[in-house]
Amino acid sequence: MPVHTAIRPDDLGFSDEAAMLKQTARKLLARRLPLEQLHKHVAGTIDPTRECVFDRDLWTEVVELGWPAVAVPKACGGFGMPLCAMVGLLEEVGRVALPCPLVATFCATAVLRSCRAPSAHELLKKIVDGTPVSLAITNRHGSWDHEDTDVRVRASAGLLTLEGTAHYVQEAQKAEFFVVKAQAAEGVGLYIVDARAPGVRIVPDAIVDLTRDQGQVDFGGVTVPAHACIAKPGEGAKALAAAWPAMLLAVTADMVGAAEWQLQTTAEYARTRVQFDRPLGFFQAVKHPLVDMMLAIDEARSLLYDAAWAYDHAPEETDVCARMAKASASDMAAYCSGRSVQLHGGIGFTWECAVQLYFKRQKHNEVLFGDGSFQRAVLAEQLLGPIAAVAGAES
Amino acid sequence: MGVSTLPHAPVGEPLSSCDDTAFRMHCRTWLAGNLPPPPNFGLPVSAIEIASDEQLTYLRNWQRAAYDAGLVGCDYPACYGGGGRTDCQAIANEELRSAGAPYLPNIVGLGMAAPAIYHHGTEAQKRRFIPGILSADEIWCQGFSEPGAGSDLANVQAFAERRDDRWVIHGHKVWTSLAQFADWMILLARTDRGHKYRGLSYFLVPIAAALGRGVEVRPLIKMTGGLGFNEVLFDGLEVGDDALLDQPGRGWSVAMTTLLHERGGGPLVTPGAGVGLAGDASQTRGPGGLPALARSCVRAGRAAADDPVIRDKIVRLLIRERGFLATEHRAGHPVLQEHPQRLQLQHKLLLSELLQDTARVACEIQGMASTLHRSHPGLVAGEWSHKYMNSYGFTIAAGTSEVQRNILGERVLGLAKSK
Ligand SMILES: Cc1cc2nc3c(=O)[nH]c(=O)nc-3n(C[C@H](O)[C@H](O)[C@H](O)COP(=O)(O)OP(=O)(O)OC[C@H]3O[C@@H](n4cnc5c(N)ncnc54)[C@H](O)[C@@H]3O)c2cc1C
Repeated sequence: MPVHTAIRPDDLGFSDEAAMLKQTARKLLARRLPLEQLHKHVAGTIDPTRECVFDRDLWTEVVELGWPAVAVPKACGGFGMPLCAMVGLLEEVGRVALPCPLVATFCATAVLRSCRAPSAHELLKKIVDGTPVSLAITNRHGSWDHEDTDVRVRASAGLLTLEGTAHYVQEAQKAEFFVVKAQAAEGVGLYIVDARAPGVRIVPDAIVDLTRDQGQVDFGGVTVPAHACIAKPGEGAKALAAAWPAMLLAVTADMVGAAEWQLQTTAEYARTRVQFDRPLGFFQAVKHPLVDMMLAIDEARSLLYDAAWAYDHAPEETDVCARMAKASASDMAAYCSGRSVQLHGGIGFTWECAVQLYFKRQKHNEVLFGDGSFQRAVLAEQLLGPIAAVAGAES
Repeated sequence: MGVSTLPHAPVGEPLSSCDDTAFRMHCRTWLAGNLPPPPNFGLPVSAIEIASDEQLTYLRNWQRAAYDAGLVGCDYPACYGGGGRTDCQAIANEELRSAGAPYLPNIVGLGMAAPAIYHHGTEAQKRRFIPGILSADEIWCQGFSEPGAGSDLANVQAFAERRDDRWVIHGHKVWTSLAQFADWMILLARTDRGHKYRGLSYFLVPIAAALGRGVEVRPLIKMTGGLGFNEVLFDGLEVGDDALLDQPGRGWSVAMTTLLHERGGGPLVTPGAGVGLAGDASQTRGPGGLPALARSCVRAGRAAADDPVIRDKIVRLLIRERGFLATEHRAGHPVLQEHPQRLQLQHKLLLSELLQDTARVACEIQGMASTLHRSHPGLVAGEWSHKYMNSYGFTIAAGTSEVQRNILGERVLGLAKSK
């Protein structure tokens, strides 16, 4: 089995530079986005059809810090840092539940990087300048199959016309460009579409998570020039597959960071809240689940760093490593979220308490790009082989 | 019984590297030519289950050879019989592991007695005892647990009474692994009934030489039917002050040093390969691994490997195994962790529970074949039901899983003490 054979260096590629980035991010975000402010900012209304909140000042600061550029290649004006630097940064982003389109833009970056077309490079340059970009790649069933899409593309007279709907588009209202997966006769391709182009209609989803937005994007005969195509029909799935591990790891990093917040916050509560004359943490029905949260987080974090190294240095291992990390993190996030609410008792069940914000962000992350059992089914194909056809069912 | 006595960590890539290439190459070259041929009798899964003289002799000769070649005790000073190096035991262990070398039998000596003596002993004690531990000339056992003092170790009641300039010991130790072969024991005993912790002292006492003269060793049979466990009864064993390790009343502190090393968190790396010859070391690779097992077992008319529920369970374990190895790697490098003890203290708990859950799923995959005793003629799919039973030894010994969770919750998360 060609799994995990490459020898890892001591630091898993986590350079001083990467460590510095993570440290700075932690300090800065803690100062810039204290919990009360986050709550005020994103949880001002209980109305699920709320207006999309986008703190442009905050995003501008994020851009000035160069974070969207971290994963953009140097040739396109970015920092071209290894993936481990990016996942370190995204852990900190998850820790403060940052309500900015950084993860979505990073996922788009990963896909753009796997396309050679000049227009992909142009868009990467715009990302460095702070343009939020998102992927419009999911059909109405929320499928993660790289071949599935409800958008069709037609070529005529040097122009391309997109027709159909992309579902579950992350940060749909914040993105200025979409990378759209569309079906042609020869297979699926990838296309860059300006969010303001005529015929593009964004219909926000009412979602549970308060720290992001999501929507359906309708393409009603949207016309784009030929160079908007960054992966030709038949090559789109390959480009997505190449970027996929980085996307899984971005969400994994966000989950690990958010879960660390859940752990530390709940542990702090268990150290201070007194019942039956003792701090809650004295009781093992509280203490042991907290430890189990920590064990689960550390497993996911270890797999995350390991997979990030593989992404940069051992491509043949990347898919398995990344899926393992996402599977571990998805289950971990569900566990930590559940415990964080439960162990806070009544206060944890209120809108006012911040644990709800993380609970919801994790709930969203858990299923994004496939939950634990989904990843394990794919892994089983690779690690155990495909399921043999049942005799008789073949004909 | 310690981490180092766990059957073995699954094998992945080498988990760390060190600059001392010359030493690494020495280990590699020596191991390439000097591994003992496999014995024509079975070896148990780990050192604490050694049950016969032939097993012990085979493993003892191996430890002696590896010691003579400089692979055991590399980091101890030469005056105590060590190699006089620094940070080299970890390299030797990696090389032992990747060579598939047998485990070292003197596990209590190497993992517990030697570090305790090194940190707390007199010069004379270090010179007297450490060389024999490293070479396996003298086998050690650990006399901590008693019928009334397991998790609550400080409740030890064995008593060493001061008579003139001697100590006279009475008491009852249980679950004492390797005592039937042991020359010496590290013994935690009470010297003052007035103080729970400050009333404890730590002794180095003879076992083999004192049989019938104040020491009795009685075998206990484990739930697996296996030997290896004993009760040790002290009925007036007399020892001098040279048997005392550190000061009277300092026993708890020495016991803490011992347990720290036992659980793999001490400053001295315990010599050993970890991997037994019995080796289905990894659950992903080789004929002993779960995927191969699932392909060979039939469930509801098809290969168990084609059953979606079984597939999910196997992949969960493969992820945990990979996570464990990656955590081990991360634990070695400060830049990849946030709290100095957080990962080290997880090691024993993670590994013992992973092995247990793996064995349980393996039995599930085997179906009715898992009802068979390992002695059953023609049993092809290994010893999983035995391993499953045996795995409870590791989730109980060296601080139970529950106690490990207490420790993690209290030391790392700062939660109130449960006792
Ligand atoms: C294979 C094996 C080898 C061993 N070898 C040795 C040896 O060589 N030398 C030696 O001295 N000892 C040895 N032991 C003994 C071992 O250290 C003890 O069995 C262990 O510390 C547990 O103590 P106990 O058996 O008294 O169980 P108890 O302490 O009575 O525990 C019973 C149950 O209660 C739980 N429990 C107890 N206290 C707490 C608490 N505070 N919080 C939550 N749960 C709790 C435990 O986790 C366990 O599930 C060995 C044990 C095994 C299984």
